[in-house]
Amino acid sequence: MKRTSPFSWMTPVTTGLIGGVVALFLCLVGIVEASLGRYVITGIVTMGQVFVLAVYAIFAMQAAQKAAPGQDEKPAPFRTLASGAISGLMISVVLAIFVLLGQQIDLRAVFIHATPVLYDLLTFGLGVPQGIFVLLGFGILMGVLFGAMALLPSALRRSLGAGLIAVPLVAVIYSSLFSGRGLSAFQALAVFVVVGLALFLWGRYQQPVRARANALPARQQRSMRLGLWVVAILFVLALPALGTYPSEVLVITGIFVLMGLGLNIVVGYAGLLDLGYVAFFAIGAYVMAILTSPEITWFPFSGNFWIALPFAVLAATLAGVILGIPVLNMRGDYLAIVTLGFGEIIRLVALSDWLKPLIGGSNGITQIPKPVVFGFSFDNPQKLYYIVVIGCVIAAFIATRLKYSRLGRNWMAIREDEDVAQAMGIDLVRNKLMAFATGAALSGLAGALFATKLTSIYPHSFNLLVSINVLAVIIVGGLGSIPGVIIGAVALVGLPELLREFAEYRLLVYGAVLVFMMLKRPEGLLPEARRKLELHELSPDVAE
Amino acid sequence: MLKNLRRRVSGTTIAMWIIGFILLVVVIVGVVRTLMIGKYTGADWTDLFVYGISQGSVYALIALGYTMVYGILRMINFAHGDIFMAGAFFGYFTAIVFEKNGFFDSPTVDGKLVLALVVVTLVAAAGAAGLAILLERIAYRPLRRAPRLVPLITAIGASFFLEYSFLGLFGSGIKGFPEIDALKGRVSIFGVEILKTQVVVIVASFVMLIALWLFVQRSKMGKAIQAVSEDKDAAALMGINVDRSIMITFLVGGALAGAAGVLYALLFRQVYFFMGFFPGLKAFTAAVLGGIGNIAGAMVGGLFLGIAESLFPNLVLDGLGIPAPYQLKDALAFLLLVLVLIFRPTGILGERLATKKA
Repeated sequence: MKRTSPFSWMTPVTTGLIGGVVALFLCLVGIVEASLGRYVITGIVTMGQVFVLAVYAIFAMQAAQKAAPGQDEKPAPFRTLASGAISGLMISVVLAIFVLLGQQIDLRAVFIHATPVLYDLLTFGLGVPQGIFVLLGFGILMGVLFGAMALLPSALRRSLGAGLIAVPLVAVIYSSLFSGRGLSAFQALAVFVVVGLALFLWGRYQQPVRARANALPARQQRSMRLGLWVVAILFVLALPALGTYPSEVLVITGIFVLMGLGLNIVVGYAGLLDLGYVAFFAIGAYVMAILTSPEITWFPFSGNFWIALPFAVLAATLAGVILGIPVLNMRGDYLAIVTLGFGEIIRLVALSDWLKPLIGGSNGITQIPKPVVFGFSFDNPQKLYYIVVIGCVIAAFIATRLKYSRLGRNWMAIREDEDVAQAMGIDLVRNKLMAFATGAALSGLAGALFATKLTSIYPHSFNLLVSINVLAVIIVGGLGSIPGVIIGAVALVGLPELLREFAEYRLLVYGAVLVFMMLKRPEGLLPEARRKLELHELSPDVAE
Repeated sequence: MLKNLRRRVSGTTIAMWIIGFILLVVVIVGVVRTLMIGKYTGADWTDLFVYGISQGSVYALIALGYTMVYGILRMINFAHGDIFMAGAFFGYFTAIVFEKNGFFDSPTVDGKLVLALVVVTLVAAAGAAGLAILLERIAYRPLRRAPRLVPLITAIGASFFLEYSFLGLFGSGIKGFPEIDALKGRVSIFGVEILKTQVVVIVASFVMLIALWLFVQRSKMGKAIQAVSEDKDAAALMGINVDRSIMITFLVGGALAGAAGVLYALLFRQVYFFMGFFPGLKAFTAAVLGGIGNIAGAMVGGLFLGIAESLFPNLVLDGLGIPAPYQLKDALAFLLLVLVLIFRPTGILGERLATKKA
C-alpha cells in the first residue's frame, strides 16, 4: 500500500512569509518601481511586475515541491496545490500589511521608495480596501497556478519555466536594442512557445541526436564541428551589425571577458584570490594614456595605439610581479585583503594632488587617440569591437594552452594544496609570480583597450567595484572555466548594460549573486569539472 | 628543512628587508624635515592626537568584531564594516525621532539628552546585532566546513549586498546626524582643549571596551566563546553549544559595531550607505596590527591606527614635500596594513596567523 509521507502545514506558511519579505524588499529597495517604465508586453506587463510575479512563482513552486510526495509515494495533488496557494496567500498578506501600514503612517520618511506609485501597483490601482482583496485573491491564484507546475512531469516543467524566463529576457534585449517598446502579446506568446518547445524537444531528442552524431565517421564529424565553428565565428563577426549602441555594450562586455580570463588564471587556476586586480587594469590604461595622449607634455613622445600597447601590457606585467612578491607566502584570505589594499593605494595615489603634474590627478587624462591601421581608424564601437574580439581570442587561446601546460598543472597543484605541491618539487615562488604576471598582462591589455575606447580616463573608473565585478563574472561562469567567463560577462556586464534604469542596483545584484552562488552552486554555471565528468562518465567519483 | 630555511632567508626576504629599510629612512627623513620646518604648533599636534584617539577608539570597537569572528571561525567577515554602517543608520533614524520631540534642544547636558543618546546607541546596537546574526545564519553557517575562500567571497558579496540595499532602501544622499547643542564647543581637560563630542566618543568607547573585556574574561558565555575559538570539537565535547557561541560572537561583535556607528556619526555627523567601507577595512587593519584573534590587540591596534592615521600624513608626508597630504590618509592606512602583514604578521601582541594554515 502506497502512503504519503507526513507533512507539516507550517512549511508553506513559512516559505510564503519568506517570499513575502523578499517581495517587499524588492519593492522597498526600488527595483520594482525603477523598472515599471519598461514594458515586457506592451501595455500589459512591465518589468517591475515581472519581478513581483517571479517572487510568487519561485516561492509557490518551492512550497508546492516541498509538499509534493516522493516518486514512489501516492500522489497528493490537493496537498501540493494547497501548499502553493497558502504560500502565495502569505506573500500577498505580507504585501497587504505593508500597504495598510503605509496608509496609516508615512513610511516614505524612512523608505524612499514607499511611494503612492508602489501602493497603486500592489493594489492593482483599486485602492484600499478593494485592492487588498484583489491582492490576496491574486496571491492564491498565483500560488495555485505555479503550485500546479510541481504536478507536471519534470521535462514539461522545465520547458514551461524556460519559456516563462525567456519572455522577459527577450523583451529586455528587444526593447533596449531596437524599439524601446516591449513585445506585443503575440510576439511574447511566440517567444514562449518557441523557447519552451525547443527546450522540450532538446530534452527529448538530445541523446539520440548525440548518439547519431557520434556514430558518424570521423571525417564527417570533423567537418560538422568545423561547420559549427564557422557558424559561431560568423555570428560573432556579424554582431556589430546590430548598431552603435549594441556594439558599445559588446565592447564593454569584451573588455570584461578579457579581464575575466586574466583573473581566472590567478583565482581559478592558481587559487590566489586577488582583489586588487583593478590595479593592473588601471596601469594598462594609464600607460596607454601617457604614451598616446598629446595632453601629457612631460613625456616627449606621443605615439599611436599600436606602439603603446606592448608597453601597457609590459608595465602591467611588471606591476603584477612587483605586487606579487610581497604577498608570496601569504595565506589565501590575507592575500585577498592585501591585494585589495594595493588596488586602493594605487587609486588613491592616482587621485591625489601629489602626482597631478604627471597623470592629471582627479582630472584624469583626455584625448587618447583611437587605433589606426593603414589609415583605417577604429573610431567607433562597431569597429573597435573587432579589436576587442581579437584580444579576447588571443587571451582565450593563451588561457586554454596554459591550462593544460606544465605551468597550468603546477598552478592547479598549488591551488589544491600548497604544501604538497612544494613537496612535489613545484617552485611556489616562480609559479605564483607567473600567475600574477599572466593575469596582470591580460588586465593591462583590457585597460589599454578601455582607455582607447573612452578616449579619457579618470582615477574614479578604477575603484574596487571593478575588481568585484570581474570576480562576480568568473564566479558565476565557474572558476577556471573559459566559456564560463564569457557567459558570466554577458550575464553580469552585458545584460545590466541594457537595463539602464537598473544601473543603481547592479552591485546589489552582484552581491546577491556572489552569496547565492557560493551557497548553492560554488562551481558556477558552466563548471570546469563538466569536462572531467564527460571524460569519466562511467566513474563520476573520479571527477569529484 | 635547513635548505628551505636558507632559501627563504636569501632571495625575497632580503629584498623585503631592503624595502623596509628604505621606507624607514623615508619616514625618518620626513619626520625630521617636518619638525625642522615647524609648520605646525604644539596645539595642532595635540588636536591631531586627540582626534586620532577618538577615531581610533571607534576603530577599536569595530576591530573587536573582526578579531572575535576571526578567532572563532578563522574567516574575515568582510561585511562587518557594513554592519557598522547599518548601526549608524538605525541610530540616525532613532535620533531623528528624538530630535523632533525636542530631546536635543537644551544647551547643557541634562537627563533627557543622556537618555536619548543611550536609547539611540541601544537601538543601533540591537539593530546591528540582529543584522549580524541574520548574516551569520543565512550566509555563513552553511559554509562553515567549506574551503577558506568560499566564505570570504560570500562575505564580500554580503558586504556589497548590504551597502546597495541600504542605498536602495534609504537613498543615496548623505544624511546629517542631528547636531546636539549641548555637545558643541570644547572643554578643558588637564589643560588640553578637547571637543566635547570627542570626549563623549572616547569615554563611551572605553566603557564598552572594558565591558567587553569583562564579558569575555569573566562570564560563562565569554569563556565558552574562548573555548570554541581554541578548539571547536573539544569545546563541543565539553558540552558547549558551538552554534550558540558563534551566534553570541556575532551578536556581541555586531552590537559593538552598531554602537560604533552611532559614535562615528556623532563625530562626523554624516550617515551614508558607503560609510562602512573604509572604517571597516581600517578596523580590519587594526585587528591585524594588534594580532588577529587577540581581543586586547584589537583595542591597542585600533588606537594605534587612529593616532597613526591622524598624525602620519602631516608628520611624514609634509616633510617630504608632498602637497595635500590628507588626501593620502587612506592610502597610508592600507600601506600600514600591507607592511604589517609583510614584516610582522603576528601584529603587535598577537599570534602568527597570516601564514599559518590553521
